[in-house]
Amino acid sequence: MRPTVAPVPIAAPAAPPWTHHFRDYARFLLRSLFRATEGGWLFYGWMTLLTAIALVGANAWAVQVRDGMGVTALSDHVSWGLYIANFTFFVGVAAGAVMMVIPAYLYHDESMHDVVIVGELLAVAAISVCLFFVTVDLGRPDRFWHLLPGLGRFNFPFSMLTWDVIVLWGYLLINLHISGYLLYTRFLGLSPNPRWYVPFVFLSIVWAISIHTVTAFLYCGLGGRPFWNTALLAPRFLTSAFVSGPAFIILALQVIRRVSSFHVGDGPIRTLVNVMRVTILINLLMVASEVFTEFYAGGSHTASARYLYFGLHGHNALVPWIWTSVGCTAIAAILLLRPRITEHLVLLDIACVLAFIGLWIEKGMGLIVPGFVPSTLHELVEYLPNRTEWMISAGIWAFGLMIYTLALKIALPIFTGEFTLEKSTPVPNAVPRNDT
Amino acid sequence: MANPPPAPCPSASTGVGRRTAIKAVGATLGAAAFAKALAPLTEWAPNISVSEFLQKHYKQLGREELATILSRLEAETRERYGAEVHIDDVPPQDDVQFAYALNLSICIGCRKCAEACHKENNHDRPSQQSYIRVFEMQKGSLDLEKGNAHYDHPVPQKDKFYMPVQCHQCDRPPCVSVCPVEATWKEKDGIVVVDYNWCIGCRYCEAACPYHARRFNWTTPTIPKDEINPVQAYLSNRIRPQGVMEKCTFCLHRTRNGRLPACLEACPTGARVFGNLLDPESEIRWVLENKRVFVLKEDVGTRPRFYYFFDE
Repeated sequence: MRPTVAPVPIAAPAAPPWTHHFRDYARFLLRSLFRATEGGWLFYGWMTLLTAIALVGANAWAVQVRDGMGVTALSDHVSWGLYIANFTFFVGVAAGAVMMVIPAYLYHDESMHDVVIVGELLAVAAISVCLFFVTVDLGRPDRFWHLLPGLGRFNFPFSMLTWDVIVLWGYLLINLHISGYLLYTRFLGLSPNPRWYVPFVFLSIVWAISIHTVTAFLYCGLGGRPFWNTALLAPRFLTSAFVSGPAFIILALQVIRRVSSFHVGDGPIRTLVNVMRVTILINLLMVASEVFTEFYAGGSHTASARYLYFGLHGHNALVPWIWTSVGCTAIAAILLLRPRITEHLVLLDIACVLAFIGLWIEKGMGLIVPGFVPSTLHELVEYLPNRTEWMISAGIWAFGLMIYTLALKIALPIFTGEFTLEKSTPVPNAVPRNDT
Repeated sequence: MANPPPAPCPSASTGVGRRTAIKAVGATLGAAAFAKALAPLTEWAPNISVSEFLQKHYKQLGREELATILSRLEAETRERYGAEVHIDDVPPQDDVQFAYALNLSICIGCRKCAEACHKENNHDRPSQQSYIRVFEMQKGSLDLEKGNAHYDHPVPQKDKFYMPVQCHQCDRPPCVSVCPVEATWKEKDGIVVVDYNWCIGCRYCEAACPYHARRFNWTTPTIPKDEINPVQAYLSNRIRPQGVMEKCTFCLHRTRNGRLPACLEACPTGARVFGNLLDPESEIRWVLENKRVFVLKEDVGTRPRFYYFFDE
């Protein structure tokens, strides 16, 4: 009798090694989300405050969509205002993150390499803020799909706005990929494969320059607005981006030191201060160059500059703004030149805040609004933002800070190694994980 | 034999349970607050039908699609303004290139052209909108900085001259290049038009125009129904929706049908000249050939189709 051969189970074809990512990535997202809502009282207080401000802004925007943009202080004479001012400034902040990436990756600054994620996540938050500001400035946000290439009609390459759409979304996706990849691999306890992120890092350096150059081209390409129609605008934008970005990051790094266990060395802060020392002076030089060019020759094409700095025919609503900006930036520059400023963090923080505010005014209210005053037919209609615009802007700032806080809340513990796939508990975490 | 799983730490489980409950309540409150905050959007959404949302660009519409859209727009006007209107699609004629000229020696600054534009083009009444702005200028200077569009006295004043400005339908229009969605373009008879149902309201064209020719609908236009001009065209004087750009169209609903723009007909002094540049017999050709015409801001390179001249 033939012996019965026990049936040998046919081995199931081995699953390809990458399929575990379906499950692990979902876990990463879910657990990160839960982790992002865990914190102390300070965290909850901060997030509640930001949520409240964001909701006020959301409501103001909903009213603006329903009742029309007439609820703002904008007019046919000054048709761009606080929203586009903020948009312009925050593109710069997003580009400024590159001032961390260059030392970390091009110059192999190890201590900067450890904290560069702070800059990359700032780029994500800042670009999101920019996209929100552009959306709230649209008269018909419901028609956004008209911008989608293929579906709508995308006037590329003639309209600089189409270039801006491409570079901003590209920069967002590049930074999402880099930070997402680094965070996910570390979450799994693996070391990141340079092939998957280093080329994107180098791309992001070039791309950061492009986002702000293209944004400058939006304005400096308009022949009908001599205040903007200057070749110096793109270089000015880049320089001021490389002041405001590092200023924010220096402040953020100190907050991170204070509220988390993430180690921030003195090296990165010193590097960023060194960057700012140079860029803030170049920025002041460029402002001086603009002022000289406008005022030496005079003529009617200088009317906007005259309105901005000295007032025109009795209208001087922007004069206090611009001189505050000049004062803030000058004081910040002087403070930053102090040799051992990194040992006097209070003074450094004051310098960063002054630089940030000074440049917000210079690039925002001090650039966008004067381009419209006087109008192209030389009519003087002034503009100062009204309550609705401030509420919506504050709402978007709050939302951007929420995105940044949540991103850091997830990222920093991953980088310190306390939040990994193994160490984290499944959601909901009522019962400790069964080790068997 | 497997060890029994460790008993969950009591304080941890009750602590986490309470925390999760608080978080759930907070999240629910947050979601409710968010819905309440965005509630005004639900009041605005019914104003937009699905077919309007999905409507394609004017240049992609077939004849039947366009006819359906025109009927829909007429129905919407009936519903919102209580007026019966007829909206046509008036295509450009062949061998026509429109241009406009204005005699600065004769214009008296009465602003009847601006008023006629306001009525003909169904502008918002409360804002007294018009595509035309008339500047009272100092004799001896063409500097607009010395001009004043808000004069409020009998005209004409002795030492002044008057310069109306409206869209010049430029041959190299900066507004067309900057539009991100091609909502505005130059038609083959020279008129620069806007598809009001395609415009996303970014106002880049308004920033780009060197002549302050463009207007934005900051609200939904308000017009009493007996003041509505019922003879309308899709690309010109139909009542525009909120949040879109508009501009002078040289009254294409009139001029493409052989009539003259409303501003010209209203002018009491005959300062305005309009016609087809390709017609050698036209008055506009005569003016360009016999008068010393100039354009505004020639150095910006826009090549306007609106010419100014002085008689003496």
